[in-house]
Amino acid sequence: MKSSVITFPGSNCDRDMDVALKKFGFKNKMVWHADTELPKSDLVVLPGGFSYGDYLRCGSMASKSKIMKSVINFANSGGIVMGICNGFQILVETGLVPGVLLRNKYLEFICKNVFVKINDKKNKYFKNFDNEVLEFHIAHNEGNYFCTYDQLKEIEDNNQIAINYCDENGKIEDQFNPNGSIKNIAGIFNKEKNVLGMMPHPERMIDPSLSGEDGSLFFKNLINNLK
Amino acid sequence: MKISVIITLKKDVLDPQGKVIHQTLDGMGFDDVNEVRQGKYFEIDTKETDNNKAKAKVEEMCKKLLANLVIENYKIIDPK
Repeated sequence: MKSSVITFPGSNCDRDMDVALKKFGFKNKMVWHADTELPKSDLVVLPGGFSYGDYLRCGSMASKSKIMKSVINFANSGGIVMGICNGFQILVETGLVPGVLLRNKYLEFICKNVFVKINDKKNKYFKNFDNEVLEFHIAHNEGNYFCTYDQLKEIEDNNQIAINYCDENGKIEDQFNPNGSIKNIAGIFNKEKNVLGMMPHPERMIDPSLSGEDGSLFFKNLINNLK
Repeated sequence: MKISVIITLKKDVLDPQGKVIHQTLDGMGFDDVNEVRQGKYFEIDTKETDNNKAKAKVEEMCKKLLANLVIENYKIIDPK
């Protein structure tokens, strides 16, 4: 399985993602934002970080960079594209997934472990996953998911919510919502479910001696689903 | 020609920064403020000399980059 991680000026989780993908069997290539052609890939990842210093709006500049034309074409032809954190912000700015990510409700940068509940398993990312609840890490200032009423209705009708913030037992309540996201949304798909944007970082949960193992479960499951 | 653009958050979108500014103003004694909404202001100096054409270009810029129309409105200010 071949993967590509796009590096934008200001990305800082690109190498973590590279380590994670390789650990679970992907042949990964790093791709620079100014390149125009995407290497042959089974998976493209937009990593976390602060692309272009979060100028204008988080992800807005990166969404217009040269490589993104190829990424958008890849996604529109059914390619698997995953955006993590700043990568999620870039995805919403391209319009590949609906909505936007606003400043966190209480104006603080949040850096902690959270639990998320898988909402939909009929997709390449979570198919065959045994667990319902995963412990991931979040680190963001703008993760407050927002969309219009009409968009929310469409998202729910199409079952596009990927994961919701919850407690360790999978209970989705306001008190377990770290950033004010509508409906505790932590991650969302496009209509076809080949594009996933999420705030949590699975690549930070791949080493039992440093963190948890739920990221390992995620990547193992993903590569099996892509084979 | 210089054209100015003001970007504001739509009415229903939460503006936590505006809220905090409001609270701070309140704490400073400006207690008659109803609400504060924070926005962005751009000055675009363009080579275009035709007023209408310049405005149309800036409008395109607003739609494609300067504003995110899910949460923001833009207002182009007539060049003097």
